[in-house]
Amino acid sequence: MSTDTPDASADDAPSRAELAARVDELEDALAEATGDGDGKKMSIIATKGTLDMAYPPLILASTAAAFGYEVTVFHTFWGLDILHEERSKNLKLSSVGNPNMPVPNAVAALPGMDRVTTRMMEKKIADNDTATIEELLETSLDMGVEFQACQMTIDLMDYDEDDFYDGVTTGVGAATALQDMADADIQLLV
Amino acid sequence: MSAEFDITETLDVKGASCPMPVVKAKSAIDELGAGDVLEVVATDPGSMSDIDGWASGTEGIELVDQEEGDDVYKHYVRKTE
Repeated sequence: MSTDTPDASADDAPSRAELAARVDELEDALAEATGDGDGKKMSIIATKGTLDMAYPPLILASTAAAFGYEVTVFHTFWGLDILHEERSKNLKLSSVGNPNMPVPNAVAALPGMDRVTTRMMEKKIADNDTATIEELLETSLDMGVEFQACQMTIDLMDYDEDDFYDGVTTGVGAATALQDMADADIQLLV
Repeated sequence: MSAEFDITETLDVKGASCPMPVVKAKSAIDELGAGDVLEVVATDPGSMSDIDGWASGTEGIELVDQEEGDDVYKHYVRKTE
């Protein structure tokens, strides 16, 4: 029986105005947390630089941008070549290691075979009106896709920051990529 | 279904293949106002599924109609907001 408990809570109780302000604050936080579709994000890590493997990240990035996603593509190792203004125009298709190629690996390994298979693929791309890597990259940049070039691999490959397309972000590392992935609704490693 | 709507603008993406019909449609619809309808004329058979998926997965647009002709696919997308 604590009849002597002092009724101190009346002084501590928040006022009506304070409660209303707190409710507004929480509603804003909830709206931000649940999102209304505006905040959709996609994070892609692009690690490959062959002609065939350069397509998936760019096709998905530009398409996601069309869906209204905020897209980040982090390029590392050979994936850097996709962002390299000069090298992106000369990406090669490997003739070895792919059993779906029309030539046996023993033949595919002969000097000059990569050039042959790359030309074959480039012709197919042109005949089929498939967008080129350069077109997809420029389009994605126009649509606001953020392309990041991994600083560690820029140094490793002896590339220069000026080698990349205008608009490419340099000076970023794994922590940046990880943060983007943590915030993203879709994360892909290509 | 032949719903009644006026076409505000037509985008010709004949010959273009994935992902260009969707990507170009996005740029074109950005230029339009609420209630406007964009007609997308494509030859890519994949555009039937892709434009549908894009319209239903993207805020602020809706698919009004699709027509499959002889090697030509027509899509009608309305900007809702």
